[in-house]
Amino acid sequence: MAALIEIERLTKRFGGFTAVDDVSFTVDRGEVLGFLGPNGAGKSTTMRMLAGFMPPTSGTARICGADVVDQPVAAKRSLGFLPEGAPTYPEMTVTGFLGFTARIRGFRSSEADDRVARAMRMTQLEGVRLQSIETLSKGFKRRVGLAQALLHDPPVLVLDEPTDGLDPNQKHEVRELIRRMAPEKAIVISTHILEEVDAVCTRAIIIARGRVIVDAAPSVLEREGRSLEEVFRELTLGAPKQEAA
Amino acid sequence: MAPALIVARRELAAYFATPVAYVFIVIFLVLSGALTFTLGNFFARGQADLIPFFSFVPWLFLFLVPALTMRLWAEERRLGTIELLLTLPLPQWQAVLGKFLAAWAFCGIALALTFPLWITVNVLGEPDNGVILSGYIGCLLVAGAYLAVGAAVSALTRNQVVAFVLAVAICFVFTAAGSPVVGEFLDARIPGIGGGRPRHLGGRPLWGLHPRRRLGPRYHLLRQLHGLLPLRECRHPRPPQGGLGA
Repeated sequence: MAALIEIERLTKRFGGFTAVDDVSFTVDRGEVLGFLGPNGAGKSTTMRMLAGFMPPTSGTARICGADVVDQPVAAKRSLGFLPEGAPTYPEMTVTGFLGFTARIRGFRSSEADDRVARAMRMTQLEGVRLQSIETLSKGFKRRVGLAQALLHDPPVLVLDEPTDGLDPNQKHEVRELIRRMAPEKAIVISTHILEEVDAVCTRAIIIARGRVIVDAAPSVLEREGRSLEEVFRELTLGAPKQEAA
Repeated sequence: MAPALIVARRELAAYFATPVAYVFIVIFLVLSGALTFTLGNFFARGQADLIPFFSFVPWLFLFLVPALTMRLWAEERRLGTIELLLTLPLPQWQAVLGKFLAAWAFCGIALALTFPLWITVNVLGEPDNGVILSGYIGCLLVAGAYLAVGAAVSALTRNQVVAFVLAVAICFVFTAAGSPVVGEFLDARIPGIGGGRPRHLGGRPLWGLHPRRRLGPRYHLLRQLHGLLPLRECRHPRPPQGGLGA
């Protein structure tokens, strides 16, 4: 069976600036791909193209075999996407917002309610279900975004910095959640937090200046007794080898 | 339910979740009522119709409708929720249509709340309610035209003030194109666009109508209120009751 996420030679240019340059990779069911890179490396742009929000300049992205440009609705149905910054409608209540996304995804009244309740249980949002989103703390807002992405139990999850702004306990819970879901799904998470890669990812891609530099398991990156952080700094800053050694 | 209607429902609820909706409705009702009774000489005219009211509505909508549309897309961009909305499994045109329908329904609610004027005119006289209904439909269509302009401009920017000012400016051009001052200016300076000399001076209309007049939503609205238009402009076989201005 083909991989759930297939990205082939994806490129995005903004005027003369190339944000994503010839990126290719695939993600299979059961894989958790950590998408690493400094700010401005092209992580979010790649994820936006994969989610069908931004058309690529060239190259293709497919989700469960559906091309995100040619069959956008089919591709988006199989996708749960947490955009950068976890945007939500501030004036809506948590249940109102999740109910809205459930109805757009085609769930009828009682099933929509079940889905919303389940997503809130998974992300521990039951305590604030009738509060409007603008009154919530940053960690809760992030979890509302996450609940929205998990609501329809999609085979593919693309999460842009899912644990940003969460406290250590909440981070731990979200990682547990990702680990639990991992066997049935293809998951891509972008992060700056390197220990997260160790904690949940089965594979890591390091991207800098729009190009894939490394695509390997975290354990492979860390061999020879070096920490992931050293590897990351060396690869993305382009530090001379003799200094690192 | 079609995705467009789900989007429309959410948008409409969002209007009422903020003061925007209440400010809009109150200002619209106060101004439309005040203008009808003062500048429009509602009582002194001695005619049982709502033409003074309907003739002010396009000018009120000129400022109020862009206030509704300025946030439609600009706000989504600013909050980043556009990324969420457009990655949900719905065709893009359904999202666009949904937002348009929400704003249009809102204008419909505001117009419907002017019903006391309709009651007043029915108590005082015997108006032709068919003409009044036609006037309301015309106002709704004017609102729709402004909404389309405003929504398109809102999609171009993430700044709501820019969206508002640009939408007012563009709508003003279309509204003014139907007024006599601008129309005669166009007729005199640019015969091609202006459609030649005015008809009463012997000019020949192009495609049956003067094009510059076809540009203006106000002209189309006035045609629907043909009670006060000169008879030769009136294509309707039945003259409305309650007074004829020609």
